[in-house]
Amino acid sequence: MSTANKTIHFTLNGRPVTAEVAPHHTLVELLQNQFNLNGARESCAQGLCGCCTVLVDGKSVSGCLYLASFADGTAVDTIEGVADGVALDPVQEAFIEAGAFQCGFCTSGFILMTKQLLDAHPAPDDDQIRHYLAGNLCRCATYPEIIRAVKLAATKRKTVTA
Amino acid sequence: MNAITPTPGGQVGRSIPRLEATSKVTGRVEYVHNLRLPGMLSVKLVRSTVAHGRIKSIDVEEALKVPGVHRIVTSEDVLKVIPVPYYGPAFHDQPILAIGKVHFVGEPVAAVLASDPHVAEQAARLVVVDYEELPAVFDEVEALKSKTVVHEQLKPAGTFPDLKHLHGVRDTNLALDFQLVHGDPAKAFAEADHVFEHTFRTQQVLHVPLEPYVSVAETDGNTMTIHTASQSPSFVRLEIARLLGWVENRVRVRVPFLGGGFGGKLYIKLEALVAALSLITMRPVKLALTMEEQFYTLTKHASTFRIKSAVSKDGRVTGRECEVWWNGGAYADIGPRITQKSGFTAPGPYDIENVKIDSYALYTNLPPAGALRGFGIPQLVWAYESHTDLIARELKIDPVAFRRKNLLRDGREQATGTVVRDMGADACLERAAELMNWDAPFDRGSGTIKRGRAIAVGFKASISPTTSVAVVNVAADGSCTLFCGTVDMGQGSDTAMAQLVAEVLNIPAETVRVVHSDTDVTPYDMATLGSRSTFHMGHAVRLAAEDARAKLAALATEVGVAPGSNVPIRELFVRKYKMQAGTIVGTGSYIPDYTSPHQGTGQSANVTPFWMVGATGIELEVDTETGHVKITKMINVADVGRAINPKIVESQLSGAAIMQLGFTTTEKMEFEGGQCTNASFADYKIPGFADLPPTMTNVVVDANQHNGPFGAKGVGESGTFGVSPAYANAIEDAVGVRITTLPITPEKVYRAMCAARNEPLED
Ligand code: FES
Ligand code: FES
Repeated sequence: MSTANKTIHFTLNGRPVTAEVAPHHTLVELLQNQFNLNGARESCAQGLCGCCTVLVDGKSVSGCLYLASFADGTAVDTIEGVADGVALDPVQEAFIEAGAFQCGFCTSGFILMTKQLLDAHPAPDDDQIRHYLAGNLCRCATYPEIIRAVKLAATKRKTVTA
Repeated sequence: MNAITPTPGGQVGRSIPRLEATSKVTGRVEYVHNLRLPGMLSVKLVRSTVAHGRIKSIDVEEALKVPGVHRIVTSEDVLKVIPVPYYGPAFHDQPILAIGKVHFVGEPVAAVLASDPHVAEQAARLVVVDYEELPAVFDEVEALKSKTVVHEQLKPAGTFPDLKHLHGVRDTNLALDFQLVHGDPAKAFAEADHVFEHTFRTQQVLHVPLEPYVSVAETDGNTMTIHTASQSPSFVRLEIARLLGWVENRVRVRVPFLGGGFGGKLYIKLEALVAALSLITMRPVKLALTMEEQFYTLTKHASTFRIKSAVSKDGRVTGRECEVWWNGGAYADIGPRITQKSGFTAPGPYDIENVKIDSYALYTNLPPAGALRGFGIPQLVWAYESHTDLIARELKIDPVAFRRKNLLRDGREQATGTVVRDMGADACLERAAELMNWDAPFDRGSGTIKRGRAIAVGFKASISPTTSVAVVNVAADGSCTLFCGTVDMGQGSDTAMAQLVAEVLNIPAETVRVVHSDTDVTPYDMATLGSRSTFHMGHAVRLAAEDARAKLAALATEVGVAPGSNVPIRELFVRKYKMQAGTIVGTGSYIPDYTSPHQGTGQSANVTPFWMVGATGIELEVDTETGHVKITKMINVADVGRAINPKIVESQLSGAAIMQLGFTTTEKMEFEGGQCTNASFADYKIPGFADLPPTMTNVVVDANQHNGPFGAKGVGESGTFGVSPAYANAIEDAVGVRITTLPITPEKVYRAMCAARNEPLED
């Protein structure tokens, strides 16, 4: 176990923060252990399920594989930063209205990926949704509901920006 | 809220979003994974590398040298705090850590504790265990006759009367033999115009909830608190208290939300181990399994089912013989219950006068098997609905017409002798046929793409007789809180139960607060399993709410308010207590009537309080050049009684069907010498977006369960029943080959097609 700890500085959900990390610590561990942010969760720990999804400089990464020390100097965004205070993001509202989760363990990842999907394709069709989200798994298999939620979120976003 | 008049609430039947929805979309929902306690130790397990063997030595010397290791615990240490450390719901056969012997690859042998989980992991790799290997048995059919026995002696827990006679029985792998005889099967076969016999098999699969198993224990030596991702907190409390020799109230079990369960997180999984470790170290202890370790924890029974039918010239099934072998793995878990409770439904939802069933629970040297979304039912439906189609095909009768002719209808006796009521098999079959446009011409494809379709119907009895208790509190401002031990693992029970309270008290369901499992405050509930909660807990919740309502009415009378008046509840409290003070406590407790099946014949006049039915229809295309199968249409129909929350019900049906599609097409634990070789999502493929059928319809038939709370009954499993056989039947319909083992891979289909045209491929 290497003990060569390193101090890193990064922006977390818009606020500058500092942390002490060991070389083997992952981003999920860092967020949970030092910032008590539990929305990115480890499940497969192999980059295969998306439960640990976090945005680093606006791009989604698997927080279970992404080493914490690499976050130095970046902007990290997590599910906890998606709502504006108690006001939910349209994507979050859409997931609730479409009933797009059961146990919710996968939900943080799907919501962050949906935001990224809608940034790239504001009005996605079924195929685009299925392809874009293919890297995220839901054992409760709420996939049909997630497709409905993504489409609903797309409409909601349109009305917000219009 | 109107205090006294019970007007129809209109809360049952509303598709409200889950009560906890906001916390789930903001990432703030509570799971055991979030829990970190001051001074907490993390655990990493050292697991057996052999399938069956004697432990010669455990060498921890190198491991202890790793800086930061707190302690390494083996069964020797466990025995000092728990003298008889064996647990299990049906048999007390599973040790907290292996004692003297190991029985499957992956069995926990030692536990390494450290503040830093990485330290524990590194040290665990350095523990050296030396084994003397013993012969092992893996196949369930072989296990019944094998000279290799997994356990020298059987140790039934004493909870179930039909297991008592097995106490102390030696040299067998048979943990339960359930037998049923109805009518005169021998005569039926002797007089039959046709006899059909087939054998079907299912593979080992597992739950893999995305939240892997996790438990935390803390103790002061006098009391013990266990925070655990469990579907059965009351059982955990009872079993931990029994192991420690404590009374129940010294053990507290807390369960927040679960990240999926599907039957995996039942009974004792990690709880006994963390309890022992916390007592040994007197520190809070957390054990969070990795995804890989779930593959060494619990599986779904692999099974072999030999089914034989006597059929008359005109297509009536007059007799059926069922022989089912259940591969229970190294520890019985709830396997013997599955063998009996599901065993008696093995002939299917058909009206068959003469039936014989033999259902065997078997020990093997594989990871233990337990309940997985259906409690054994999907394995049975797979066989009997494949068999049903084969018979119809052979007799050149339309498969739906054949089913219609033989279906078990209300008022008729099921194989146990119980007269069925509100079963809905006919309604589900007819609705499925209608949604499939069964009577319209069907496009059979062309060229290398052949099309086929099929329908399959399955049924299940409830797990009885089991108890649920609930408490409803009304505060002095009129707000309501429900204390309920049902575990919300994603099925939406908090929401459904709130709707029942709201219905009785005539308030919006969204305003009911649900306090879930904390055994210090929530009363007993048998467990969240087998789709029992809506019915059993539903009744307890209804009764508790009715009790609260009656007490509110009494309070109104006491303070001089006329029945039917509009005086708000808080006003009633103020009149009595002179300020906002006081609480009304309503309680409810429920256990249905039940008659245990007669030992030997399996007969019972009342074997279940309700039946669940699910039907699936599938249209698909087979690519004859590759064996690839593409579902083009899937419909799932169920009888759930009255749907409490139609949207959540639909999601349950859909999720169950997609999950079963994984068990049908891709999921299979591969074993080599008892070692699971694909323990990762990289090699064990669960359904993802790419596997989703392009169209899926999930509907419930119009129904009312006469004895259900507001007409409702269970729903969580029904979507799984018909999927596997519908898939196999549709493949035969398309290309004329029959697959009798799961999963149905393109390779299997392709090989079968080659074999059918007499050009078998080499292995
Ligand atoms: S936990 Fe990171 S991708 Fe599965
Ligand atoms: S909602 Fe349970 S894993 Fe997706």
